[in-house]
Amino acid sequence: QPQAIASDSCCAGGGDGENEDLKQMLESSKDSAKLDAMKRIVGMIAKGKNASELFPAVVKNVASKNIEIKKLVYVYLMRYAEEQQDLALLSISTFQRALKDPNQLIRASALRVLSSIRVPIIVPIMMLAIKEASSDLSPYVRKNAAHAIQKLYSLDPEQKEMLIEVIEKLLKDRSTLVAGSVVMAFEEVCPDRIDLIHKNYRKLCNLLVDVEEWGQVVIIHMLTRYARTQFVSPWKTVLAEYNENNFYESDGEQKEKDRNVKKTYTMDPDHRLLLRNTKPLLQSRNAAVVMAVAQLYWHLAPKSEAGIVSKSLVRLLRSNREVQYIVLQNIATMSIQRKGMFEPYLKSFYVRSTDPTMIKTLKLEILTNLANEANISTLLREFQTYVKSQDKQFAAATIQAIGRCATNITEVTDTCLNGLVCLLSNRDETVVAESVVVIKKLLQTQPAHHGEIIKHMAKLLDNITVPVARASILWLIGEYCERVPKIAPDVLRKTAKSFTNEDDLVKLQILNLGAKLYLTNSKQTKLLTQYVLNLGKYDQSYDIRDRTRFIRQLIVPNEKSGALSKYAKKIFLAQKPAPLLESPFKDRDHFQLGTLSHTLNSRATGYLELSDWPDVAPDPAVRNVEVAESVCCLEETRKCHLLVHYSFVDFTGLVIYYSIPLLACKLAGSHVLVPEL
Amino acid sequence: MIHSLFLINASGDIFLEKHWKSAVSRSVCDYFFEAQERASEAENVPPVIPTPHHCLLSVYRHKIFFVAVIQSEVPPLFVIEFLHRVVDTFQDYFGVCSEVMIKDNVVVVYEVLEEMLDNGFPLATESNILKELIKPPTILRTVVNTITGSTNVGDQLPTGQLSVVPWRRTGVKYTNNEAYFDVIEEIDAIIDKSGSTITAEIQGVIDACVKLTGMPDLTLSFMNPRLLDDVSFHPCVRFKRWESERILSFIPPDGNFRLLSYHVSAQNLVAIPVYVKHNISFRDSSSLGRFEITVGPKQTMGKTIEGVMVTSQMPKGVLNMSLTPSQGTHIFDPVTKLLSWDVGKINPQKLPSLKGSMNLQAGTSKPDENPTINLQFKIQQLAISGLKVNRLDMYGEKYKPFKGIKYMTKAGKFQVRT
Repeated sequence: QPQAIASDSCCAGGGDGENEDLKQMLESSKDSAKLDAMKRIVGMIAKGKNASELFPAVVKNVASKNIEIKKLVYVYLMRYAEEQQDLALLSISTFQRALKDPNQLIRASALRVLSSIRVPIIVPIMMLAIKEASSDLSPYVRKNAAHAIQKLYSLDPEQKEMLIEVIEKLLKDRSTLVAGSVVMAFEEVCPDRIDLIHKNYRKLCNLLVDVEEWGQVVIIHMLTRYARTQFVSPWKTVLAEYNENNFYESDGEQKEKDRNVKKTYTMDPDHRLLLRNTKPLLQSRNAAVVMAVAQLYWHLAPKSEAGIVSKSLVRLLRSNREVQYIVLQNIATMSIQRKGMFEPYLKSFYVRSTDPTMIKTLKLEILTNLANEANISTLLREFQTYVKSQDKQFAAATIQAIGRCATNITEVTDTCLNGLVCLLSNRDETVVAESVVVIKKLLQTQPAHHGEIIKHMAKLLDNITVPVARASILWLIGEYCERVPKIAPDVLRKTAKSFTNEDDLVKLQILNLGAKLYLTNSKQTKLLTQYVLNLGKYDQSYDIRDRTRFIRQLIVPNEKSGALSKYAKKIFLAQKPAPLLESPFKDRDHFQLGTLSHTLNSRATGYLELSDWPDVAPDPAVRNVEVAESVCCLEETRKCHLLVHYSFVDFTGLVIYYSIPLLACKLAGSHVLVPEL
Repeated sequence: MIHSLFLINASGDIFLEKHWKSAVSRSVCDYFFEAQERASEAENVPPVIPTPHHCLLSVYRHKIFFVAVIQSEVPPLFVIEFLHRVVDTFQDYFGVCSEVMIKDNVVVVYEVLEEMLDNGFPLATESNILKELIKPPTILRTVVNTITGSTNVGDQLPTGQLSVVPWRRTGVKYTNNEAYFDVIEEIDAIIDKSGSTITAEIQGVIDACVKLTGMPDLTLSFMNPRLLDDVSFHPCVRFKRWESERILSFIPPDGNFRLLSYHVSAQNLVAIPVYVKHNISFRDSSSLGRFEITVGPKQTMGKTIEGVMVTSQMPKGVLNMSLTPSQGTHIFDPVTKLLSWDVGKINPQKLPSLKGSMNLQAGTSKPDENPTINLQFKIQQLAISGLKVNRLDMYGEKYKPFKGIKYMTKAGKFQVRT
């Protein structure tokens, strides 16, 4: 009984009671009690419960000998130090001591926590710690130093100059462990300081294959930007050459002269180095790495070489739906500009009924982009299956796709139009509505034979309820009212009756139809139109009242309306440009592929613009490294084939890289190098 | 890069949150819930959701949404791939990745997440490194820890983190040294109404389970490596060796890992091992429809087809189905309209069939489309592409390991349109 009462009172005390209990455990002399308490506190943090009031009790344990307690205290500090800055300062001296610990793991984690607690007053201490850690013997500590740079920068941007110095130093680091992290820091702190990369460019290219996968992604993105500022375009010259040849075809002398003027394009060896060293990464198991290489080839490789990435991108489509989603978006953008890249993989984009809708629509988008005279009949047959899909949203998207194919490929326009007209008798309303909208667009591009189709659609008006479709039919009848002189006034009569119950979109089109008929056939429709205008005048929506007033002034001349009403007919029945049926991915290529901005189709914060190729390449000598050195390619080391790079200065003053593959044989535990060549 | 992580279960509760920079309020997830509501099914929730100040990137696995909060430009695949890696790690640690498991092991989960990211940038994602930093919980270890007062947290930097073979720890010891390789191929296919193949591809993987002492250096060669059109490797595989000799040469990680995934080009004709004969018809006038399917073997190279499972999403108008299978069991769920038929083995002498009628909702018109049939099956001891491992050699260690290779063919996304 007494126990029950005790627990009751505890509950009544609410959270405080429990925390009291935790505080006692943290004060206890036993590690096990402390550990228990810390575990419960971490559980609270994980659930998002506020545990900040325990700060004083927790921070005392920062110097605990028990490594797990210490770790959990670190977790706690990183979460709450920002809120309890004064108390957090109590822990600093412990970290400062730990920074000098002989154990590299302890040094590294001390630096991690110290730099993560976001207390502005310790900025100088952090700066000092980072500087020291950046010359630590352990590459793991140096990696953590690179991470700390970004943390300090976001805490106090005024440290930028000093931090750049550290970045410059760490960029020179030869460890593959550090490379990814320091490039990340570079991207956050000083992405515009391209000059820091020059001397490290070749090293980064050579190390790339051995850097961990996440670092690879960051480095590849950075090198893409770098290359676009340093090398000349491998694309333009081909075109220029072609034009020049044509131009001077007949003139032999000129041609001779031209040859001297014309700059033949040779790719900078450094440009080639980057392309060569990233290519094997297309076989990475990490989708982000594959995508990074793909975008690098897209933005940097000669057009003839970019094709090698398609196979790998198509492979990624086997992955999870999230990966598929991003990859398909990028393929959609690519397939607009360079159809050829993905044409051989057309069937990989066929839709399965089990795909989620967003994947289906993206695949459809790509199929539409890839459509050409050769494959259109196969595609249309495939589309027929999609139109019947139970997923109506997808069926509607397919109809739009058919419409786009019809406008892009003139051979099939009639076939498509007929097919769409057949769909008008479909049972599903969304399908019919979408067909109407697409037919409307198609008829506009094809002003030859509408009569029959328009009549057919006028008949449908009684049954269709989807506003967009009704509005489209009304617009069509109005626009081509002179071709269906008997039907148009009757449609106006019917819709005048139903005016008050229509959607705003439809009301606007009824007004529109009235106005057009008034101008062409005022004898029959004058009264009807005035009736509709009167209804519109008192409508609830001010858009409709506004439109009504506007139309009345234009078509019914009075003393106030001025000169404009003379041109009413020209205004309403002007030849309208046909709508362009375009891919929504058309304008996305101004974002670098594979970026968040590309996916969102809007600039994300921190997006770094990819610059245009320079007309003249900046001096390539900046990338030369003065000292002769030997860079060991680590991939080869760990795989027992050593590749030793020798570089020396040749007579022209250029540094030349030589690579000699060496075979390392493991004999009795020691490595012996045997030249293979 | 990655600011925060929220774990959300199927009923929309945030049951875990972790921040790597300043804490982001949970209210940011409201945008996610909105998107979730708009999408009818979990898998239709867009993986990238923009909000005014952040961007939410999510993956959906094991009925849990892993939602990462991003504040600035980052390659979206970077985040998505990382989130998948997190799920894989949890699975590796706890056997299953479920809400209950995560809640029960919240401290280990937190410690692991802490090691995986620093300031939002991946720090250690190799599971063998993580396992040395934070040991996976086992009952034995929990008992030992309570008695001796030792902890689950390692106090030394894992050797892998600094080594040139970060995926393998040093000092591995086994009494039985064994290496098993499973060649598993999946057929993705779309078969049209008349039974002809619209598209078919083979995707294969080689999964390995290697338990070898020391630092073994393995090479695996194929009889017909030309078949492999497109490959992706575990980081341990030496690219150069593959490029020049078409041999897989590697120092393996310890334990289970995926050595290779490959694609057999669409140019090669793909043997389709099964066929489906179907007769599904709805009539306009009556509220009854006919349903009949038969499954049979086609090109199986003399092997038995097992584990056959037929599923089909019936149109909304179907109220109920009364069917009789010649073998196996079938279920029709009248709510989700999903028909599934667990067939089992196919006996070529007596082909399994499922026949009967469908009750349609009275008054509605017949559906436009016949349902698509999805097929699953397994064929043991056969790689349908014909890929064959030639030999496996070990260098660098003196003992004789036990080696084993197994082949299997499965249906991937195998659909029959009717």
